[in-house]
Amino acid sequence: MDARDIAIINYLQGGFPVTDRPYAEAAITLGITERELIERLENLLEKGVLSRFGPMYHAERLGGGLTLAALHVPDEGFDRVAEQVNGFPEVAHNYQREHHLNMWFVLATETPARIDEVLAEIERKTGCRVYNVPKIEEFFVGLRFEL
Amino acid sequence: MGLTARDQQLVAAIQCGLPLVSHPYAEIGARIGLSESETIERIQALLTDGTIKRLGVVVRHHELGYRANAMAVWDIPDDQVDKLGRRIGAVDFVTLCYRRPRHLPDWPYNLFSMIHGQSRDAVLRNIEHLIEQCGLGDIPHEVLFSRRRFKQCGAHYIDSPPRQAATGGARIPVGGQP
Repeated sequence: MDARDIAIINYLQGGFPVTDRPYAEAAITLGITERELIERLENLLEKGVLSRFGPMYHAERLGGGLTLAALHVPDEGFDRVAEQVNGFPEVAHNYQREHHLNMWFVLATETPARIDEVLAEIERKTGCRVYNVPKIEEFFVGLRFEL
Repeated sequence: MGLTARDQQLVAAIQCGLPLVSHPYAEIGARIGLSESETIERIQALLTDGTIKRLGVVVRHHELGYRANAMAVWDIPDDQVDKLGRRIGAVDFVTLCYRRPRHLPDWPYNLFSMIHGQSRDAVLRNIEHLIEQCGLGDIPHEVLFSRRRFKQCGAHYIDSPPRQAATGGARIPVGGQP
C-alpha cells in the first residue's frame, strides 16, 4: 500500500458518488484517473485490505432482525459450542472475548420474530444461557479508520 | 417498513459489491431490468431513507495493522446515558457506541463502545483518554478484549436475484456490528 491507496481508502470510507460515472468523479477529487482508481480498488480487494466495496445496509429497514448476544461457555467445551453457534447461518460475526461472558455473536435474521426463535435454538443446542442485548439506541455509526 | 419487490432486487444485486466498471449503476440496472438513471434514483432514495447507511469501502482492520479490538462497556445511570453516549460516540477512536439492555445481576452494563487499536496497550491508553475526556471517572466499566474471531461475514438475509439463486441465500452485509 502506498500513499495513494491510503488516500483512496480514507476518501471512500466516507461515501461514493451515485452518478453515472462515479469512479471518474471520485478520481478527480483524488487527483488520479478513473482507470487508476478502478485498478487500485481491484488490487486492494484482491489483497484483502478491503473486505468489500459497496453498500452497508440498515438491517431493520430491510425488514430483518439484528441483535448482539453473549454466552458463558465453559473452557473445556468452547470449541464444540463455537462450532454449534457458527453452524447457524444467521450468525454473522462471532468473537471469543476475555470475560465470564466469553462468546459474543451478531445475529441477522430475515424477520425480527426469528431472532427469539434462533436464540432459543442456540440455547437448546449449546445448553448455555443466551444473553440477548439488542440495540436500544445508536450514538455513532462509524467503523471508519483514518489511516 | 419493508421494501418494494424492485428495491429488494436492487438491494440483492448490489449486496456483494459494486462492479468496477465506468458505469457501475448501468450494469447493476441491466441485471434487474432498470435503466441507469432509474438505478441511480433508487439507490439515492435508499441512501436518503437510511436503508443503505453508507456506500463505500469496508476495510479489514486486522489486515491494516489494527490487531487489537476491545469492547468497553459502561454501567451508566439511565438519566445520563443519552448525554454520555453522545459524548463517547463523538470521540474519534470510538468506532461504535450503542445503548443496550442490562441483564442484572450478571450483566450491569448498558452502554457498549468498540475501540480498535494497533496494540492492546494502544487500546488501553485510548480508554484512559476516554475516561478523562468524557468525565467517566465514576462510571463502572469493563474492557472485553477479543481473543479469537470465528466468523466475519454478512449473514444470510435476503434471497439473491434469480441469476444467483442456485447458490442459495445471499450474504447481506449489515451495519452496526459490535
